[in-house]
Amino acid sequence: MASRKEGSGGAGSSFGASKGKGKAAATGDSAVKQVQIDGLVVLKIIKHYQEEGQGNEVVQGVLLGLVVDDRLEITNCFPFPQHTEDDADFDEVQYQMEMMRSLRHVNIDHLHVGWYQSTYYGSFVTRALLDSQFSYQHAIEESVVLIYDPIKTAQGSLSLKAYRLTPKLMEVCKEKDFSPEALKKANIAYENMFEEVPIVIKNSYLINVMLWELEKKSAVADRHELLSLASSNHLGKSLQLLMDRVDEMSQDIVKYNTYLRNVSKQQQQKHQYQQRRQQENIQRQSRGEAPLPEEDINKLFKPPQPPPRMESLLIAGQINTYCQNIKEFNAQNLGKLFMAQALQDYNN
Amino acid sequence: MAATAPVPAPAPAPPAAAPAQSPTAAPATPAPNTTPAAAPPPPAAPAPPPPAAPLSAALSGPFPGGRVVRLHPVVLASIVDSFERRNEGAARVIGTLLGTVDKHSVEVTNCFSVPHNESEDEVAVDMEFAKNMYELHKKVSPSEIILGWYATGHDITEHSVLIHEYYSREAHNPIHLTVDTSLQNSRMSIKAYVSAPMGVPGKTMGVMFTPLTVKYVYYDTERIGVDLIMKTCFSPNRVIGLSSDLQQVGSASARIQDTLTMVLQYAEDVLSGKVAADNTVGRFLMDLINQVPKITPEDFETMLNSNINDLLMVTYLANLTQSQIALNEKLLSL
Repeated sequence: MASRKEGSGGAGSSFGASKGKGKAAATGDSAVKQVQIDGLVVLKIIKHYQEEGQGNEVVQGVLLGLVVDDRLEITNCFPFPQHTEDDADFDEVQYQMEMMRSLRHVNIDHLHVGWYQSTYYGSFVTRALLDSQFSYQHAIEESVVLIYDPIKTAQGSLSLKAYRLTPKLMEVCKEKDFSPEALKKANIAYENMFEEVPIVIKNSYLINVMLWELEKKSAVADRHELLSLASSNHLGKSLQLLMDRVDEMSQDIVKYNTYLRNVSKQQQQKHQYQQRRQQENIQRQSRGEAPLPEEDINKLFKPPQPPPRMESLLIAGQINTYCQNIKEFNAQNLGKLFMAQALQDYNN
Repeated sequence: MAATAPVPAPAPAPPAAAPAQSPTAAPATPAPNTTPAAAPPPPAAPAPPPPAAPLSAALSGPFPGGRVVRLHPVVLASIVDSFERRNEGAARVIGTLLGTVDKHSVEVTNCFSVPHNESEDEVAVDMEFAKNMYELHKKVSPSEIILGWYATGHDITEHSVLIHEYYSREAHNPIHLTVDTSLQNSRMSIKAYVSAPMGVPGKTMGVMFTPLTVKYVYYDTERIGVDLIMKTCFSPNRVIGLSSDLQQVGSASARIQDTLTMVLQYAEDVLSGKVAADNTVGRFLMDLINQVPKITPEDFETMLNSNINDLLMVTYLANLTQSQIALNEKLLSL
């Protein structure tokens, strides 16, 4: 009981205690190797989505906890109200401050260590997420974003993943330079945008006792959605989303191609212009006149703007996530189908 | 300000109400204290005893939703967690219960703890804090209302009566939930009560806490979450990781296999005469067997093959897409 206090006793402000900062900066490695979540947090996230987020809306909330060595312990969380238009005077920051202050009164860790978000079929790699996570990680070294997939969870197994931005991506975001050259320099591919941090769930002894008690008292039947063979619905929707993304990707590629073509056309034009200039100059010299002044080529031929590459990186990352999810889902279903086959063979 | 039981003369008939734990706290002499103390805490006493007929009428009337309280596991987890974080010297923690009421039941879906100070003579609850927290919570889930309050600990004390008074101002007929974190009788007993006034009219009135049935309800996803969290009970350092896809299918089928073995065992016992046959169980078994569909082998083969083909094709497409974007990446960085 008293041990929980020492974590929260330190910094006065909520954004203070990045204890691991010194060590992490020295090694250049990621500051967090593992995320440890309390069972309570899992239940709260599930409940929040269940009650507030039906449909495509995402629900978000704040994670509270502390950092121990290279482990991030998440001990509590609270939800964020959704943005509504008629709540113009609602101050998010104030809500957060008030909540944390109140929680501090009851000895709950009030250190802000990250945030969570629900996702629809795995589509969370967006610009908004990147920006939010960047600002979080900039302020607090060890923060993570927990992505909770309610649809996958409803299919039988809890789907909770923790992500952080890689240090390379952090650098790029700091520069705010998303042109192709900068990204090439930083050597970022869509795979090293986010890194996934392994999660473990930990409960205290008393919570274990409570869970045993629940088990005895509650007569809810075991649910076996995990073994259901109906997959086409989920697969259809995932593929639809994948197709949309691939379309976006192809559009992006077309844009980039046109840019490249413009650049090469411009190069040619410049070359031609220079050649003509030289020829004219030779002619003039042969005629004994002064050569034409050298004009600034760049002013004549304005170089086209390179399209920002961040969008395509994000789309590529998203497509990657979709494909991963689909493959996992398929692997499960193949297993189930083979089991059904074995069962049927046995029957015959 | 409700006084406690010792005063009313007809002590045996009504069940004990809030027996004072320490004799010094009770305003009356020790002798009348023993009679209510002898009667064990309310749940043991018959809840609606025949002589208290007017009381049961009072219960079903004003108490909304019958006498069943539906509790979500997140509430219990919150309570236990706030108990673990209590201040030095505090014996118990209290807090507010939030949820919804409908015609048939009361559903408790959320809670938050409220700081309070309790000594032998007095109790102080930070009501301002409670109001603030409720406002904040309302912003997120506007449909939740204050349903009552909870306290950890084994029994209902005198202070509980006072706190209950306060909560009756906030909610109509508030529920009181006790979670026994001191693990008496090696069980964590979770009980809910509602209060009703009792006593001899004209003399000092007392308050009686009558028990309600507690049912645990889960959303589907909550059930899955609880199942997963429960696994920490079995691991040595109470830590579990999240498993990957095929492992999950494996463990789910292992569970079904276990239940099937149990059912088989039961059937064999009945056949060999060890256990008396039960018709309802027999009917359930009949349903179970009939659920396996009868399909001709050829039809099943075609179904199976087409499904497998679909899945394989989608996997191939996914892999193709992934290699495509990898290629794209490489081309761009040339």
